Amino acid sequence: MSPMASTAHTPSATPPEAIRNFSIIAHIDHGKSTLADRMLQITGVVDPRQMRDQYLDRMDIERERGITIKSQAVRMPWETAEGTFTLNMIDTPGHVDFTYEVSRSLAACEGAVLLVDAAQGIEAQTLANLYLAMENDLTIIPVLNKIDLPAAQPEKYAEELAGLIGCDPRDCLKVSGKTGEGVEPLLDEIVRQVPHPVGDPDAPARAMIFDSVYDTYRGVVTYVRVIDGHLSPRERIVMMSTRATHDLLEIGVISPEPVAGSGLGVGEVGYLITGVKDVRQSKVGDTVTNASKPATDALGGYRDPKPMVFSGLYPIDGSDYPALREALDKLKLNDAALVYEPETSAALGFGFRCGFLGLLHLEIVRERLEREAGLDLISTAPNVVYEVAMEDGKKLTVTNPSEYPGGKVAEVREPVVRATVLAPSEFIGTIMELCQQRRGSLRGMDYLSEDRVEMRYTLPLAEIVFDFFDQLKSRTRGYASLDYEADGDQVADLVKVDILLQGETVDAFSAIVHKDKAYGYGVMMAGKLRKLIPRQQFEVPIQAAVGARVIARENVRAMRKDVLAKCYGGDITRKRKLLEKQKEGKKRMKMVGRVEVPQEAFIAALSSDAGSTDKGKK
Amino acid sequence: MASALPDGDPAPPDGALPPSAVGGAADRRFGVYVHVPFCRVRCGYCDFTTYTAADLGGLADQDRYADTATRELDLAATVLARAGLPSRAVSTVFFGGGTPTLLPVTDLTRLLRTVRSMFGMDPEAEVTTEANPDSVTSASLAALAEGGITRVSFGMQSAVPHVLASLDRTHDPARVPTAVAWARDAGLEVSLDLIYGTPGESLADWRTSVTAALACEPDHVSAYALVVEDGTRLAARVRRGELPAPDDDDLADKYELADALLADAGFEWYEVSNWAVPGGHACRHNLGYWRGDDWWGIGPGAHSHVGGVRWWNVRHPRSYAERLAAGASPAAGREVLGDAERRAEQVLLAVRLSDGLLVDELDDVGRAAVPSLVEDGLVDASALPRRVALTRRGRLLADAVVRALLG
Ligand SMILES: Nc1nc2c(ncn2[C@@H]2O[C@H](COP(=O)(O)OP(=O)(O)OP(=O)(O)O)[C@@H](O)[C@H]2O)c(=O)[nH]1
Ligand SMILES: C[S@@+](CC[C@H](N)C(=O)[O-])C[C@H]1O[C@@H](n2cnc3c(N)ncnc32)[C@H](O)[C@@H]1O
Ligand code: SF4
Ligand SMILES: [Mg+2]
Repeated sequence: MSPMASTAHTPSATPPEAIRNFSIIAHIDHGKSTLADRMLQITGVVDPRQMRDQYLDRMDIERERGITIKSQAVRMPWETAEGTFTLNMIDTPGHVDFTYEVSRSLAACEGAVLLVDAAQGIEAQTLANLYLAMENDLTIIPVLNKIDLPAAQPEKYAEELAGLIGCDPRDCLKVSGKTGEGVEPLLDEIVRQVPHPVGDPDAPARAMIFDSVYDTYRGVVTYVRVIDGHLSPRERIVMMSTRATHDLLEIGVISPEPVAGSGLGVGEVGYLITGVKDVRQSKVGDTVTNASKPATDALGGYRDPKPMVFSGLYPIDGSDYPALREALDKLKLNDAALVYEPETSAALGFGFRCGFLGLLHLEIVRERLEREAGLDLISTAPNVVYEVAMEDGKKLTVTNPSEYPGGKVAEVREPVVRATVLAPSEFIGTIMELCQQRRGSLRGMDYLSEDRVEMRYTLPLAEIVFDFFDQLKSRTRGYASLDYEADGDQVADLVKVDILLQGETVDAFSAIVHKDKAYGYGVMMAGKLRKLIPRQQFEVPIQAAVGARVIARENVRAMRKDVLAKCYGGDITRKRKLLEKQKEGKKRMKMVGRVEVPQEAFIAALSSDAGSTDKGKK
Repeated sequence: MASALPDGDPAPPDGALPPSAVGGAADRRFGVYVHVPFCRVRCGYCDFTTYTAADLGGLADQDRYADTATRELDLAATVLARAGLPSRAVSTVFFGGGTPTLLPVTDLTRLLRTVRSMFGMDPEAEVTTEANPDSVTSASLAALAEGGITRVSFGMQSAVPHVLASLDRTHDPARVPTAVAWARDAGLEVSLDLIYGTPGESLADWRTSVTAALACEPDHVSAYALVVEDGTRLAARVRRGELPAPDDDDLADKYELADALLADAGFEWYEVSNWAVPGGHACRHNLGYWRGDDWWGIGPGAHSHVGGVRWWNVRHPRSYAERLAAGASPAAGREVLGDAERRAEQVLLAVRLSDGLLVDELDDVGRAAVPSLVEDGLVDASALPRRVALTRRGRLLADAVVRALLG
């Protein structure tokens, strides 16, 4: 136990034996960022006056939603009886959409603090993140958080946690990120338990890129963890995958603001700036080496995250299309998981088909595009990707329902996931029922403790990605948690439901759904549109159809009055201005054949069923 | 005259007209509108420029109103002459309100004499005054006729007591046939104004009102859909949910009912909200508005149009009087219409008339829109290919038709 370090190591001259690199991992909301706050404070790297809650959640969206989206690495000094140490702590996100951020962070560490809310116990991402850490052979320090809460049951959950990782319940540390209780002993324990990094200081440099961020003022900022050798300012460096060389303009550490220094040595974590403007030239997973003395073997990289959910993004004002492209290009610089390609919709005009890690990711990307580029966007109903085999042997990949082929389909395959649900055992029946409705099959079930079970399912991705989690939460009074990962695909009995306005298909409303759910979707969408589409000068029939077969119909009655039938005397100016205003309003309409559909109708029809992600919590 | 004034350009202090106003003047009729901005009580739905004694703090201004209005007539004569407009005899005069008949009959007839002496008057001129049924007597109507008024338009609004009450109308419905009979005796043409769609008014109530109006055997009927205007007491009550907003389907039903009852009684529609007995009983003054004629609007908040220049006066009677007393124009703002605006207005106005709009006046976009308007039953195929005229359904959707024609 010790107060702030009085003598901190200088970056680039830190003995690896004195370095401890660790991530804080946990289920969403279990208090990672709050615990990180206390560490920043106790180690003195953040001035008490500068301190604010979830200090490392720097993005507006993170602060508004109260969740972490991007990992953040911070260098902190810490002194124990054994001497002075340098800690590199990485705060990670907890939401399932951002699991890939966690795996990147873990690859830069030797240890992980596995945090568990002492009032909640183990939840699905606790398990998922624990397994990730184990795959990386990290030393795991089990910690119960929020012990200040009246509802905390640290003893009970210490048993559970110990059972999970195979240790003694007494080995679980107990802290409160809120009050700071137990945080100093935790730091001491990290120093004691986490192995120091090992590397060859004299070998050619090898540094792993674990993050790469575009900054308007400084260009691309690349975050690295040095394995071997040394990187120094102003030397030339090589990106091993592309052999591209760059000048190292600046190198330093984050503490928690960037501090430029004289380099980085074995085991150190920091950032570098080369002046490149495109993160693709500084790719996450790549290895950085010295140009003068290049390494021969690159470090093992990361797998690129694979998009799970697709949606079309369209500017409400068609003339914003180039601005949208530019904004996507820019966002892509910081978000390797975002993929997109241009597409055209008869109803919505020019836009992009985008792939996302999940609905929260979609929501965040959309919000950032709107906010940072000042765009108004429509996103189409999200869908997963389908592999369609035709009877004539042709195969195609469908990421947009409107591309679903009309001809003879031999087989359709849909992606499935391996899902883990953790819940009190009293909800087993309820959960089984829900998963059955969603075409799931049970793979196994384990009791984590007397009254808590882990259920493993194979489920179609399309069935869980939208409102499954909300259903699960509401049916288990909020007690169940969910995690999932991609697990190949399966043959499925799927059909495309089209929505027609006055006989014209509105591509933006088409959906691929399981045969048994086509009717429900058709009735729901037609009913919704009837309420959203304003009356026109003529009657507008709304139909839902599978192929040529109409499965649901509604009708928007013709408008009967649209005239100012009042005496305005000679005030013709007012009438003309009113007309001009009406014409402006008409410009905000999208024409589907002759039907004027207001943007709001598209937005309302397409978004509300995308499933509210409850502020993005999962 | 409607409440909020439009945004426009500043008007010149002397009211001078640009040279562009002169072109084609000889082909346009010239009318005079005299606004009388006083009422005994303010109706909850009304946003016209009008004031009650309480609003103005004593009716002093009302006594001097005719003098002030005379000043603006003077100004009008000067401005028109100076702009080089040919002198044109006045073909219509319209006293509107407010309640013109709150002024002594002699004020109205004196103003009319001034108009006649300044501009000259067409021997067939139509001279209308609006009137509330309880603001006239047999004697006052006779005196008006004597002084040169030819036509009276009564604000009947409804014949159903609970509807009149919702509209804050104070007159006894039985007063209407009496007032009409007096006007007839005085030799005046008679028009009745009705409002449909008042909250609480049933279709049967509306039928009662139209039937009662027809029983008075007027020459002309205006039937207006109740508009909930911003800033009125009615709007506040609708916003608070105390009264339902008028419903478009209900308004359409009532329009169709009125049109059918009026047609049965031999009336012909000539503008969306106006019907007249055949034989020249349409209101020529109002036709001037729809046909792009010239008129000078006298009085607070009054609007004028001369050759593509539209302007409007300040709203408050006091600033109105002060401006004129200082020898300045009371105009608050104006706009000089560009070609596109003139064309838009032309379509917007003419389409509302039974004669409709000459197809020649439309551009390519407008012409291209016609076939689907016919297909939707909004435009009468039989008037084509020369004219675009509305069907009954088209009248109810006239604004949509205008948007389609203007692209
Ligand atoms: N009472 C109490 N509340 C805590 C403690 N730690 C965190 N919280 C609260 O728990 C909520 C979530 O805290 P965060 O630190 O944002 O959790 P997180 O794990 O970083 O969340 P994600 O980054 O979104 O996964 C916040 O409302 C915190 O104030 C604690 O020790 N005690
Ligand atoms: C210029 S107003 C004033 C005439 C007269 N003071 C009266 O109220 O009888 C002429 C007509 O406009 C109509 N009107 C006034 N306000 C209206 C509103 N908010 N909606 C529909 N018609 C209205 C009434 O029918 C009224 O008779
Ligand atoms: S009497 Fe006519 S002008 Fe006066 S307030 Fe009522 S509706 Fe308006
Ligand atoms: Mg966090």
